[in-house]
Amino acid sequence: MKLELKGITKSFGSLVANDHIDLVVQPGEIHGLLGENGAGKSTLMNVLYGLYEPSSGEILIDDKAVKFSGPADAMAAGIGMVHQHFMLVPVFTVAENVALGKEATGFAGVLDLEQTRKKIRDISAKYGFDVDPDAVVEDLPVGVQQRVEIIKALVRDARILILDEPTAVLTPQETDELISIMRQLKDSGTSLVFITHKLREIKAIADTITVIRRGKMVGTALPSAATTELAALMVGRSVSLALNKADATPGEETFRVRNLTVMDDAGHRLVDDVSFGVGTGEILAIAGVQGNGQTELTEAVLGLHKHVKGSVTLDGRELVGRNVRQVLDAGVGFVPEDRQIDGLVEHFSIAENLILDLYGKAPFSRGSTLNRAAIARHAEAKVVEFDVRTPSASVPVGTLSGGNQQKVVLARELSRPLKLFIASQPTRGVDVGSIEFLHKRIIAERDKGTPVVIVSTELDEVLELADRIAVLYAGALMGIVPGKSSRSLLGLMMAGLTATEAQAQLDASATTAEGELS
Amino acid sequence: MSTVIKTEPNAFKDQLAVRSWKLPLTFGALALFAILVFAIFGPDGRATFRLSQDGDAWQLPDLVLPAKPVGILAAAGCVALAILSYLQTKLEGRTRRSVSNAFTVLFVLGLLVWIIGGTKSQNITLVGLFTGAMLIITPLVFGSLSGVLCERSGVVNIAIEGQLLAGAFTAALVGSITGNAYAALVAAAAAGVLVSVLLAAFSIKYLVNQIIVGVVLNVLVAGLTGFLFEKIMKIKVQGVTVYNDPPHLPNLPIPLLSDIPMLGPMFFRQSIIGYLMLVLVAVIWFGLFRTRWGLRVRAVGEHPQAADTMGINVNRTRFINVLAGGAVAGVGGAYFTLVAVSSFSKDMTGGLGFIALAALIFGRWNPIGAFLAALLFGVAGNLQSILSLAVTPIDGQFLAMLPYALTILAVSGLVGKSRAPAASGEPYIKG
Amino acid sequence: MRDPRGVEANESDQPAVSAGSLTGDGPADGGAPAGSAGEAELTGVGTSGRLPSTATGGDGDHTGKRIVREIMSGSALVSVLAVVVALVIGGLLIAVTDKRVAAASGYFFAEPGNTFAAAWTAVSEAYGALLRGATYDPGARTWLGQLGIFETLTFATPLILAGLAVTIAFRAGLFNIGAQGQIILGATFAGAVGFGLDLPPVIHLLAVIVAGAIGGAIWGGIAGVLKARTGAHEVIVTIMLNYIALSLVLYLLKNQLKAPGSTNPVSPAMKDSAVFPLLLGDNFRLHAGFLLAVVAVVAIAWLLNRSTLGFELRAIGANPSAARTAGMIVSRGYIVVMLISGALAGLAGVAQISGTEKSLDSEVAGSIGFDAITVALLGRSTPWGTFFAALLFGAFKAGGTSMAVNADVSIDIVLVVQSLIVLFIAAPPLIRAMFRLKTPSTRGAGA
Repeated sequence: MKLELKGITKSFGSLVANDHIDLVVQPGEIHGLLGENGAGKSTLMNVLYGLYEPSSGEILIDDKAVKFSGPADAMAAGIGMVHQHFMLVPVFTVAENVALGKEATGFAGVLDLEQTRKKIRDISAKYGFDVDPDAVVEDLPVGVQQRVEIIKALVRDARILILDEPTAVLTPQETDELISIMRQLKDSGTSLVFITHKLREIKAIADTITVIRRGKMVGTALPSAATTELAALMVGRSVSLALNKADATPGEETFRVRNLTVMDDAGHRLVDDVSFGVGTGEILAIAGVQGNGQTELTEAVLGLHKHVKGSVTLDGRELVGRNVRQVLDAGVGFVPEDRQIDGLVEHFSIAENLILDLYGKAPFSRGSTLNRAAIARHAEAKVVEFDVRTPSASVPVGTLSGGNQQKVVLARELSRPLKLFIASQPTRGVDVGSIEFLHKRIIAERDKGTPVVIVSTELDEVLELADRIAVLYAGALMGIVPGKSSRSLLGLMMAGLTATEAQAQLDASATTAEGELS
Repeated sequence: MSTVIKTEPNAFKDQLAVRSWKLPLTFGALALFAILVFAIFGPDGRATFRLSQDGDAWQLPDLVLPAKPVGILAAAGCVALAILSYLQTKLEGRTRRSVSNAFTVLFVLGLLVWIIGGTKSQNITLVGLFTGAMLIITPLVFGSLSGVLCERSGVVNIAIEGQLLAGAFTAALVGSITGNAYAALVAAAAAGVLVSVLLAAFSIKYLVNQIIVGVVLNVLVAGLTGFLFEKIMKIKVQGVTVYNDPPHLPNLPIPLLSDIPMLGPMFFRQSIIGYLMLVLVAVIWFGLFRTRWGLRVRAVGEHPQAADTMGINVNRTRFINVLAGGAVAGVGGAYFTLVAVSSFSKDMTGGLGFIALAALIFGRWNPIGAFLAALLFGVAGNLQSILSLAVTPIDGQFLAMLPYALTILAVSGLVGKSRAPAASGEPYIKG
Repeated sequence: MRDPRGVEANESDQPAVSAGSLTGDGPADGGAPAGSAGEAELTGVGTSGRLPSTATGGDGDHTGKRIVREIMSGSALVSVLAVVVALVIGGLLIAVTDKRVAAASGYFFAEPGNTFAAAWTAVSEAYGALLRGATYDPGARTWLGQLGIFETLTFATPLILAGLAVTIAFRAGLFNIGAQGQIILGATFAGAVGFGLDLPPVIHLLAVIVAGAIGGAIWGGIAGVLKARTGAHEVIVTIMLNYIALSLVLYLLKNQLKAPGSTNPVSPAMKDSAVFPLLLGDNFRLHAGFLLAVVAVVAIAWLLNRSTLGFELRAIGANPSAARTAGMIVSRGYIVVMLISGALAGLAGVAQISGTEKSLDSEVAGSIGFDAITVALLGRSTPWGTFFAALLFGAFKAGGTSMAVNADVSIDIVLVVQSLIVLFIAAPPLIRAMFRLKTPSTRGAGA
């Protein structure tokens, strides 16, 4: 089936999320849709799937114009979608989820799940999915849940399958399995649209690549195109991979993590016996695929987790068992991974957000009374110092752009003397101009002699900032390597090899590995 | 992608002991209470449970239990089950359902024997207890079913009380005007729907917080029915209140079935509304868990976006369910004026709508569960009014608290695990 | 513990979430689009492409956040219009049920004017009586009747206190439906001290006030502790606690707190040293509890806007996750705010028992606990807003009584008008649509 999008425009109020996008997906091809977070890829696919109505433009299937008033129409036309956040009802069984919306029924609408179960077993057998139709979805691992999503589309005879950032939550192993599934689907005649911001993956499986930036289509490429070329198209200017930073002069190791284990309420180990240390004036970056325990590691240090074993010391003082307030007071600056959920109160003003964890300290309060003048003065100063673009410090922080919001978070966390600075995904969803600014501030903090821990899933950022790199996989530490390590080495470690194993494999097959992963 | 992948370490998945000790602790506390109250300080003498009424076709002998020995047995059983619960939690991570159920039955038995054995007369007619309870149970079940229909689709219904009251008022008014009880019944359903229209419009269309709408609708209905009661129902023509004199729905005993001891008087000597209740419990349960409609409704209540992407109209599903819930609660309201008493009075539902909410939660958002919870609450309520005249070891007011206290324990996770539909209370805003 | 799938929740291409990164580059960083997305969220409707985050399961915090947002949004104009529309609907109800109107409509087609005239008479009589009863009525025979304004203040006193209770809980993201039960407990504690103990004059009243606050705080605190420790939804818990409180007071009134010799469940009268002094002499019921209420408004206004505790509570209400990450202890915040909220409701109970009722019965809370919710909503969850909303509702109560007597319109119409006001205020788009008002523009963040 051939799919064509012609001049698709979608605006939300004055915001244009998609601006005249043209796209052709040939029958039986894997079409890569490449773009940064927030570039408008998902909006485009939601238009295609009938979830949003396009402001203008048309969709053609096999050269005939179609109009979708809802997902039902899109599905009927043979379009299936695997959403980034799975559209599965957690408390339903696999069969119930697959049947939903297209239920086989007997007399008076009585469900006949047996037919659905049979279809699931057929598809499972065909593609080697190993999915139990009667398992409850919330009990399944993420990778299997994704297969349920694919089954949902296949049961509905999808001939075009859209996969929206499918690898974001997968382990490297699950990613490989997904890629082989995608190849099988392609071989059986299904067209696929693969949405991602990961260059390596798109080069590995796409037949054609379309690049979107700021809602506009900026070019098409073949997977053979150079990585730097694709990256430049995606972010809009050549990415300078090397930020000018002086070498670290690490001092005494004041921050130590020993045998740290973090568990969730169900007893799953999220961080598994991790030990490392960071010296003053040094940046340790923690790399890894999303969801391998990085978030939990930083949250455990801050005191946000209940089930923590092991030891975390700062200047010799134990942090495990202390609450967040005590950890912050010990001199820890913390930039959470998701600023909108954990970092800012959107309806509070910039000034209020700038004292969110300082309100109890002089000069912002005396006794139990807030000192409004001091809070306002502080805000004025920080807005200038961190170049926050806003008409005033009294506007709600929610009205700022992502980059400016992140500057507010960083300004707050860096506005007191620190003994440790932890930043998770410091530049996620931030525009390029702000990224450079934020990175420079982080390095400046290092140069003041603060130990810094950066968590990032973006290898570029890791390589740019790190003096040393720790890699987490499935909650466990795969090793700590120098900041100038090769991407291939890091890639292998992120896939679950220890530093020594990875190095050995690189030495053994230097040529092939280098070629594919650099 | 020729990378060699190391198999995922097992450590990532191992189940380590992070358990909830709430249930064993609660059982332990209750068992201690049982030892003290039922066994050590239990009443001497006998507790007599009369299983048949004098007019019954088949007479069953009275059940006579020696209060103290039974109290000791019940307490011992409770202790054993509490220990079992502790062991299961330690070894298997949680207490099995069968243990919780057995504990509940034993504890309630001990409690009843203690109460009855402690009263002066030391006997109680179980049939009377249960049939009397139906007066409370019937509107309770209708109210809970309304809640089930709304909440399963993701709309919190705090306005059950208002729906019941609107149904009661309208049934009385229309019944008085037409003289036809069935027309009154239909009108009551319509009145419930009308309250639902407001609930649905404000919470689904205008995205007003569903709890706020529910609370306010209760006040609105109370004010409206109160105002119209004063203005219309008090009008007297030749000394008779013509607009507050609805016809009565007669009880229709089912031959044979109505003669079954205990169950007969309870379930098979009812008005049409009572039979409708039994039918609705079954139909709504079957509908929710066995049909396409139910699958879609539950999907909308659990994960509306998922339902939307599968082509299901989320807000329409919710609208329809809320309206259906209103009709059900409206009929339940009619029970007050067409069956229980024969005229409307201000605020006559007396907070039963909130007990219905409690039954819904205690019954885990399941029609049958809600029915059983309503049964328990109704019996407790009726026991309170029966005992209010007798001198008892426990004051009736504490029995009156029971539904509410149990519900608090349920939502706190201390007794069983109540899990509301995930999207209940969240409006669905489509992009 | 966060679901691993939820981690990237805000990194999707949903424009409302990441509008900044679409528009932000160079000097125009953070322009109008980001601002408009923010507004869309404030009003809860509009152009926002953001979908509710139900994917990762029930999150009570989210609801609290939205409640606060709803209450805080909208404009004063909407409030005024809501009151007007509600009064108009109430007027229609009065007109259509009026006997004279019904009589005139019998010959409507012959003389339609008569029907309208009759309707006008009915409504203006009713609302006239309401207004005079609530403010100043030169025609009344008693001082009390003439200066209804003081009755308004008397009725407003417990409403202010209970309204503040709901307001402060709202601001911390909790919906306290349990003011009713907390009032009962407060009145019970206050009563036990007020008629059970013999203390010197001023000290006795102070002890009564403290006891009432403690009683309410205990009842509110139960809901706070359960919310903090087990996550039990405070709406359900407080509803249930209302009924438990009622049963409890009935039990006590039959036993420990029963007036000697009485057959009814009523307590002995409060000792003279335990009641609020009257402010305007014996002709008026207005008592010093009103001053207590005003002090409470000032205190809560300071607490919410000027104190570190208030900052914490507001942050917890607006975004509990961010509050937790910033070192605030959310569970402690829930407990503290429910203690304060319960104490305020308990003071409303004191205002009842030491101000107007003078003895304890099961009806001591009247409908104040539920009216308090509407008062807080009408007052948009600000302390002074609550104060004025309580005055309005107090006026309805004072005037409603005189309306029932003088215009033969049941006081129940007041409930109708009150609930309609809140419905309209809670749904600003509805009022805006009715009057073709424009959606208020907000300040954009960019140049």
